[in-house]
Amino acid sequence: MCLGIPGQIVSISDADNSMAMVDVSGVQREVNIMCIVEPNTNAQDYIGEWVLVHVGFAMSHLDEEEAQRTLALLQELGEFQEELDAMKEQEPQQAGESQ
Amino acid sequence: MKYVDEFRDPDTARKLVQQIQRLTDSIMAKRAEAGYTMPLQLMEFCGGHTHTIFRYGIEQLLPDTIELVHGPGCPVCVLPRGRVDDAVALASRPEVIFTTFGDAMRVPGSQKSLLQAKADGADIRMVYSPLDALKLAKENPEREVIFFALGFETTMPSTALTLLQAERQGITNFSLFCNHITTVPTIDAILGDPDMILDGFLAPGHVSMVIGEEPFQFVAKEFHKPLVITGFEPLDILQSLTMVLLQINEGRTEVENQYKRVVQKQGNSPGQQAIETVFEIRDFFELRGLGSVDHSGVRIRDAYARYDAERKFPLSLTGGGITVTDPAGCQCGDVLKGLIRPWQCTQFGEQCTPQTPMGALMVSSEGACAAYYQYSDVQELKLKRSHQKESVSA
Amino acid sequence: MSADVSQEKITLGTITMAHGSGGKAMEELIRTVFVEAFNSNHDNPQLASLEDQARFDLAALQQQGNRLAFTTDSYVVDPLFFPGGDIGKLAVTGTVNDLAMGGAKPLYLSCGFIIEEGLPIDTLKKVVRSMQQTAVEAGVSIVTGDTKVVHKGSCDKLFINTAGVGVIAEGVNISAHNAQAGDAIIINGYLGDHGAAIVDARGDLALQNTIESDCQPLNDLVQAMLAVCPDIHCLRDATRGGLATVLNEFAQASNCSMQVDETKLPIRDEVRGMCEILGLDPLYLANEGKLVAVVPAAAAEKLIAVMQNHRAGRHSTIIGQVKALSKPVSKPSVLMTTGFGSQRIVDRLVGEQLPRIC
Repeated sequence: MCLGIPGQIVSISDADNSMAMVDVSGVQREVNIMCIVEPNTNAQDYIGEWVLVHVGFAMSHLDEEEAQRTLALLQELGEFQEELDAMKEQEPQQAGESQ
Repeated sequence: MKYVDEFRDPDTARKLVQQIQRLTDSIMAKRAEAGYTMPLQLMEFCGGHTHTIFRYGIEQLLPDTIELVHGPGCPVCVLPRGRVDDAVALASRPEVIFTTFGDAMRVPGSQKSLLQAKADGADIRMVYSPLDALKLAKENPEREVIFFALGFETTMPSTALTLLQAERQGITNFSLFCNHITTVPTIDAILGDPDMILDGFLAPGHVSMVIGEEPFQFVAKEFHKPLVITGFEPLDILQSLTMVLLQINEGRTEVENQYKRVVQKQGNSPGQQAIETVFEIRDFFELRGLGSVDHSGVRIRDAYARYDAERKFPLSLTGGGITVTDPAGCQCGDVLKGLIRPWQCTQFGEQCTPQTPMGALMVSSEGACAAYYQYSDVQELKLKRSHQKESVSA
Repeated sequence: MSADVSQEKITLGTITMAHGSGGKAMEELIRTVFVEAFNSNHDNPQLASLEDQARFDLAALQQQGNRLAFTTDSYVVDPLFFPGGDIGKLAVTGTVNDLAMGGAKPLYLSCGFIIEEGLPIDTLKKVVRSMQQTAVEAGVSIVTGDTKVVHKGSCDKLFINTAGVGVIAEGVNISAHNAQAGDAIIINGYLGDHGAAIVDARGDLALQNTIESDCQPLNDLVQAMLAVCPDIHCLRDATRGGLATVLNEFAQASNCSMQVDETKLPIRDEVRGMCEILGLDPLYLANEGKLVAVVPAAAAEKLIAVMQNHRAGRHSTIIGQVKALSKPVSKPSVLMTTGFGSQRIVDRLVGEQLPRIC
C-alpha cells in the first residue's frame, strides 16, 4: 500500500503554492511540499533535501543519519552472525580435540 | 545515499536470514516444550510490504516455521463492490470527468469496473496525483471533475490539501468521492476476531509516517502482540522480522520503529492537521472481504459538503446504506485473517483469477492472492491444495 | 474569386473528406505527399508506375533465399510524434523487425493510411518523410499503398498499416519452438525506453525527463548475427508486453524454463526512476528496437562481440540461460533470479500495466 518514493528537491517551482521539482533517478515531477516545510522557514532552504513522495506530495523528510544508523545496525547484525558462525565452526574441532 | 539500493544488499540479507533462522529455532524450541508446534504467524498489514515480499522472493528465504500472513492493507483491494458501482454511476454522468489512480481502474463492481465503464463511453482519466485532478477542473470549468479519493492515512493528507487548495482558489467544479479508510480500526477488527492466531505484526511504514507511532500502542498494550513499523525495501522487511522475533523470543510486546529514516515518532503534523480539518470518522464502512468495520472510514466534514461528490450527486446504492455482498464462495476474509493461505481457498485459480477476480485479494497486484497467482506456480499450488483435501478426508 | 482562394488554402492545409473521394484532391495528395517521398531518389519503379499493385521478379527474389516471409502490423500511437520517433518511423521499423525476426531480409513494404479529416497535411508529410527516411535506413522500398479519410472522431488523427515481404536464406531456421536447455539468452540493449518515452510524451503524468524511444530497424543487426551464427534458435522483438512476454512465449513454445538474472538486465536509471514513481515494472514496458535471441551457448560470446560492434546493439548482453523443466516449477515459465538472490516467476501481464499508488 501507499507507494512512496525517495527523491531529491532540485528547485522550487511555485513558492506560493508550495510546489517544488523533485528528482527521482533523473525523472522530475512537480510535487507539493506543504507537509514538510517547517513554519517560518523559506521553501528555498529545502533545495537539495531528500523527501519521500506519495501521489505528488512530499510526506516526509528523509533522515540520512537515521538511514546510516539502520545500515550500521544491519552491518552489526551481520558481524554478530559471522562470529556465531565462527564459533560453530570451532565447536566440532574442539570436540574432536577432547576425544 | 540514495535510500534505495543500500537497502537491497544480498550479502546483508543472507546474514539477516541466518539470524532469523536462529531466532525462530529458539522460539520454536521453547514452544515445543509447551507442546505447541504451529509455525509462527506474522502479518504484514500493508500491500506494499506484500509486493516487496513477492518481488524479492522473501518467503522462500525464510524458515518453514515462519508463515507470513498478508493483511488487508491494500485500499484498492478492500474497496467494496457497492462503492465501485457508485463510482461507475458517477463516472457515467455526462457532465463528469472522473479521475482516478490507475490501480482502481480494474476493480470489479457488481456490474462493471471503471475500465469497462470507460470503454462504454464514460470520461474516466488516470491521474498520478489529486492535484492533477484539480488542474483538470481548472482547465474544464464547464465540467464537474470528481476525484476518486481512496487510500489509508498515507493518502488522506494529499486529498485533504487538494480540497483546501480548491477552496482557496475558488474552484467549484471539483469534488471528491471519498473512500478513505483508516488503519487502526481495521487492525483492531482483525485482532479482535476470536479465531485470530497471529504472533506479531509488521506495521505499515507510510501510514506511520503520517499518523506516527502512538496509534499502534494498543496492539502491544491491549492485544500483547509485538509490532514493528517497517520500511519497504527487502532489507527493511528482513530487519523488521528479526525485531519481531527478538521481541517474541524475549517475551516483550512493544511498538518498535525500524523505519526511522522516514517515520518520526509523532508522525507528520501538517498532514494530520489537514486530515482533521477536512475529514470526520464514519460510524462504519464496508471493506471487501472483511465486511462492515466500525469507524474504519472517513467522510468529508459538513463545512466542505460542496466538495463531496456523495452530497453533490445522490448515490443510489451505498448512499442508502445498502451493501452489495461479496460473491458466494469467496474466502477472502479467511485469508485476510490468516486462517487459510491464498491457495487453500477453493476458488483460487479456478473461478477466481486475475482476469476474473471474485474477491478483494485477487483484484489488485498488491492483493495476496494475485501475488501468489503471479509469482508462483499455480498448478503446483492447486495440486498441493488437492493433496491437503485428500489427507483431510482420509 | 477571393472565396475560392481561401477554399483552396483550406484544402491545402488540412485533410478533408475530398482527399479520400477518389477525385482530383486525392490524386494530388498521393502525388505530392506519398510518391514525392517514397520515390524521392527515383529508385522505386514499382511505386512510380502507379499501378494498383507492385510487381516483383521472382527469379531475383529466389537468388536471395528459398522462402518468402510475409507480415503485417497496424500502428496507432498517441501522440503521433514522441521523443526518439513518430508513428511513421514506428510503422516501418515494426514491420521490418517482424520480418527480420524470422531471419528474413526485408525488401518491400506496403502502407495503408486511415486519416481523420482535419489532420494538417504538414503533419502527414512529416510522417511520410520519416517513413521514407527509415525505409532507406533499413534498405527497403515502400512499393504500394492506400489512403482512406474518415469523419472527425472516427479515428484518432492517423492510423497506419504496413505489410512487408522479405526473403529467408537457405539454412536459416529461427522459431520460438527451438530453445534448448543450455542456450544463452541475449538482449541487444536497454529495456523499456519506448514504453517509458510514450508514457511521458502523453503528458498526463507531468513527468520531466530525457528518455527517448529506442525505435530502430533491426534487420541489419540480425544479418550481422546470422553471419557469425546461422544457427540462432529463437528471435523475437520485445514490443508490447516487453521482455517478460517474449520470454514467456519462448518458454511456452519450447516447453522449457527461461532463467534470467535481474542484475544483468540493462535498464537506464531514468527508466528505473519512472517505474519507481508510477509503480510499473520495466520488464513489461514496450520496446521498438530490442530483440531477444536464444542462441547456442558456445556462440554467445562471439555474437555479443559482433552485436556490440553494431550501432543497433552497442549494449548487447547475455541476460540468462535456458533450462530444462524441473521442480519446483515444472510448467514452462520464466524464472528470474532477483538482485536479492532469490527466485521469482515472471508471468505474463493480465491486462494493460497501469500506474499504481499502492
